[in-house]
Amino acid sequence: MDKIFGIYGDALALRSQRLNMLASNIANAATPHFKARDLDFDKAIASVLDGTPLNDSVASNSRYRVPLQPAMDGNTVELSTEQTLFAENAVQYRSTLSFLEGRLGTLRRAMKGE
Amino acid sequence: MANPISIFEVSGRAMAAQLTRLNTTASNMANARSVARSEAEAFRALKPVFRTHVDSPDMSTVDVELIIQSDTQPKRRHDPTNPMADPEGYVWEAGVDEATEMIEMIEAARQYQNNVQVLQTAKSLILETIRMGK
Repeated sequence: MDKIFGIYGDALALRSQRLNMLASNIANAATPHFKARDLDFDKAIASVLDGTPLNDSVASNSRYRVPLQPAMDGNTVELSTEQTLFAENAVQYRSTLSFLEGRLGTLRRAMKGE
Repeated sequence: MANPISIFEVSGRAMAAQLTRLNTTASNMANARSVARSEAEAFRALKPVFRTHVDSPDMSTVDVELIIQSDTQPKRRHDPTNPMADPEGYVWEAGVDEATEMIEMIEAARQYQNNVQVLQTAKSLILETIRMGK
């Protein structure tokens, strides 16, 4: 199964993990001392391709965000940054999804013998 | 992970928390100019305390831990004609800073909006994923 869908299955799972992280950051925009986190997608997908299990790869490639302007209450969420990255990641999720759709379409045509 | 939180819960609870914040702000604004006979009886601004609710390292949402009274001091004002005035003719005006409350209101509304947006995006992505291949 993994071979058929190539890198896209793992990419989709990682994109969804990153979506969760960014959503958590936005949810905690007003929580004192909350430290925003993000996933380094490129490094995570590279380590998954090297054979690291997905969860381990997420854990070892998560980083705390370095804020542009630290807030007085120790919260490091900057809504504009988080919102932009969230939108970007959503688009990337969508494009991964359409690659997967393409694969599925190809498979379906092959099975029908078109 | 007994009960993993979903992205819907993350944003939903954040929205509930922001709404609590908006409610306390509304109460504070409503009481901004109310007076009392003594300092102890005077209204003090209410403030919700937010706390991160961590489920797994990658996902966290927010809880309203408790609602505290702020330390903004009530203001003593000389107003002998006021029926609430003490024998010396002073009343205590509620400890509410209206400018701070306005800022709080705008910020809570914006952050609420942000969470709605997250929820909408997540919902459409999940629906698209379900529809995949149909």
